Amino acid sequence: MKFVMLRCCTTPIVLQQYEWSTNAVLERLDIELVDVEELGCCGYPLRNVNFRAYVLSSARNLALSESRNLDLLTVCNCCYGTMRHVEHLLKADGSIRKEINTTLEKEGLKYEGDIQPKHILQVLYDDVGIETIREKIVQPFNGLRIATHYGCRILRPSKIVQFDKPNSPSKFDELVEVTGAKSVDWLKKHECCGSPLWGVNEELSLDLTENKLKHARKSGADFLCVACSYCQIQFDHVQKILVSRRGPEHQLPSILYPQLLGLSLGIDSEILGLHMNQISINDIEYYLLDKAASQS
Amino acid sequence: MFFTAALYLSLAIFCLGLIYKVSTWFRYSLGLDSKSISTPARIFAALRGITLTLFSPKLFTLLKVFVLDVLLQVKVLHQDFLKWAMHMCIYYGFTLLLLMHGLDTIVTSALFPEYYSTINPFLFLRDFFGILVLLGVGIALYRRFILKVPRLRTSPMDLYAIIILAVIMFSGFLLEATKTTSYSKFQEMVEEYTIATDEEELRSLEAYWVAKFGVVSPEIKGPFDAKILKAGKEAHEMSCLQCHARPQWGFAGYTVATISKPVALLLDRARASTILWYIHFLACFVGLAYLPFSKMFHIFTTPLSLLANAVMEEEKSDPANIATLQMLELDACMHCGTCSAQCRVGVVFEEIRNVNILPSEKIPSIKGFVAGKTLSSQEIRNIQEGLFLCTNCYRCTVVCPAGINLQQLWSNVRESLLKKGEPEFFVLSPLSLYRGLMKDSFDKTPHPDPIELALRAVYPEGIPVSMMDRTLPLVPKDNGLSSKLYASVQANTFSHCYRCVTCTNACPVVRNYKTPIEFVGLLPHQIMHAAGMGLWELVFSSKMLWDCLGCYQCQEHCPQGVCVADVFYELKNIAIVQAREKLAKETKT
Repeated sequence: MKFVMLRCCTTPIVLQQYEWSTNAVLERLDIELVDVEELGCCGYPLRNVNFRAYVLSSARNLALSESRNLDLLTVCNCCYGTMRHVEHLLKADGSIRKEINTTLEKEGLKYEGDIQPKHILQVLYDDVGIETIREKIVQPFNGLRIATHYGCRILRPSKIVQFDKPNSPSKFDELVEVTGAKSVDWLKKHECCGSPLWGVNEELSLDLTENKLKHARKSGADFLCVACSYCQIQFDHVQKILVSRRGPEHQLPSILYPQLLGLSLGIDSEILGLHMNQISINDIEYYLLDKAASQS
Repeated sequence: MFFTAALYLSLAIFCLGLIYKVSTWFRYSLGLDSKSISTPARIFAALRGITLTLFSPKLFTLLKVFVLDVLLQVKVLHQDFLKWAMHMCIYYGFTLLLLMHGLDTIVTSALFPEYYSTINPFLFLRDFFGILVLLGVGIALYRRFILKVPRLRTSPMDLYAIIILAVIMFSGFLLEATKTTSYSKFQEMVEEYTIATDEEELRSLEAYWVAKFGVVSPEIKGPFDAKILKAGKEAHEMSCLQCHARPQWGFAGYTVATISKPVALLLDRARASTILWYIHFLACFVGLAYLPFSKMFHIFTTPLSLLANAVMEEEKSDPANIATLQMLELDACMHCGTCSAQCRVGVVFEEIRNVNILPSEKIPSIKGFVAGKTLSSQEIRNIQEGLFLCTNCYRCTVVCPAGINLQQLWSNVRESLLKKGEPEFFVLSPLSLYRGLMKDSFDKTPHPDPIELALRAVYPEGIPVSMMDRTLPLVPKDNGLSSKLYASVQANTFSHCYRCVTCTNACPVVRNYKTPIEFVGLLPHQIMHAAGMGLWELVFSSKMLWDCLGCYQCQEHCPQGVCVADVFYELKNIAIVQAREKLAKETKT
């Protein structure tokens, strides 16, 4: 399998471990990633202000990916939701497609709708398959309880993104459980992490994050697990700010899914960038060691 | 006399310009903390920093960067071969031409005591270097005007640089050509250097030069008798050979000379070579005087920026030096456009025609701002928008061939500008994430909150007091807004709403508050309903629009298929367009 990799704009600076762990895990699963230098912002942050700029940015990435005849892989829910929305829009509305293609033509690009944007979870679940992953697990977790966080844009609007059942999704839970961890039930699993308002309405953003952490904590989880750069920044960087402003009542460290899967695939924690998380997740390795100890 | 005066004048302008430019690095500053550091303190800090670096292991880093990035320009080579080829041609062609030919009395004569510009290898090399520069200029024109690299913009500065280079090169070749064919030059030389006095011997020398050296004589024309040529050759070997290689070695000039043979006599009579000589030298002097103010200044500043950035670290280096480096970096930008071509939001420029969106175009605006130029409200808003429409992905910094820390520059100017109190609407988008994360590093002096400013500007009548206290017109104005809500396929669904309140119940923002109306104004279902009734003022004064996460819970749960979140996005777009129009109107009056 081969994909064009759309790196989220947030990852090069604040979330390099997401790039590293994704590269390592996908390599282990024989998925080839093509980095295309010209790829840009997915358009997500522009939508509040200028709809057409949003569509154009996304369409350009789709067109770049199409020019290589490969599907476009993303690791961020917001990138994914945006690309799916724009893909849908360009297919449904011929006049927008024509206008956008006229602009793209200046760079020798065109989007016809032959390729699809895909989320990493979608690729792992639908294209690779749980069983293939299970075969490659070399050191499963033991006794680890994970609060799996879906977030918004991978589930909704379900008519457009079509990843999983919007109200009772299970794909991400299954992907978490294949590593040997238990994906606990918790109340706010499908809700927004609060990130879209970080920097805009910080009190509200913190309220939402705090509330989520509270419920995740209540469910007895040891860690949150996410597969979105914005969610991870919120649960890692912003949680640190939350703790400093509102006290350490509801702390719960968050791990990126490729980091979690990578550990159970036996990939070195350095390569997965475990040490780069703001709130330490190094303890998670003890759940692997327990298993090794019980075997010996 | 004229030559000397012009030389010294241009040299003086060059030196003053250089001093002025360098002084700005120490006088101007951007950062919020650096304003307080005095100029002498900054000069002292720079000297100290340079000395310490030169006597530390960092010297090896400097040497490495100098060879790889300055001399070989590996960074450019990795990005774009054509651009690298262009730059190498101009850079090496011009530098070597300047050293060997321009400064021949100082450099070349000192190195090679037997130097004459008319003997080889100098004769050949002069033309060779010149052709290199012209080739580079040709590639530059090709990239800018034929290849049309996306978002590579040509500023007057770029054109002046290309024009000055082209004039110097062309006038040089033409000068060489007219001198080659010139009969009067030949005669001058004969009078000065020939030992022969015999009329016949002189005639055969002339014949030999007409035949072999491209001179066009009004008296004689070939073909010549072999005997005369042999005699001419002997005379030539006696008097000229020592200082004259065959002009064919100066291949470019000789080609022009051959082409211009039919008009050579005319040109000689019109003293074309003297005129061209003036053009050639004046172009060089203009280039020299203009250099500190032109794009060409980067031949000094870019290497400095590359070297300094290789050994300086944001956290560890002296803040005084960071401030100075940032000013130097503004001059190190040569407007090559790499950042704009690679910028992750560069394509947005196709939709929002504000040049400040493109990184390479922000630099001139920032230069103006730093130098204290008075900016109009509209100009501030434009620069601000360009600076805020940035995902802070650092790609510009990574790709900059001059090693400029562009991202840092944007952050600094962004904060300084936001203090001026002009509203910027992109602060109401997730682009604010980065600012939110970095806030602790900003300066704490009180200034208007940019979010507050933007919100105040998007509400039709300032920040709404309380929804409950509002009086509404009995018959709402129809300002055609419902028909504007068609930008996306989904947005025209709000009229299907039958007020079942499912969207509001599903909204995590509403659920966050015990008394949500106090915090967010109209609730989602109320906004849909108000929009259906055409109560636009009410819709646009609801804070709910700006507190929406875009999580799509409302839309997912709506039994009527109303695309609540999509409608919200479009309403926000319209509110901002309206606010922009209002601001533009206010600025005009």
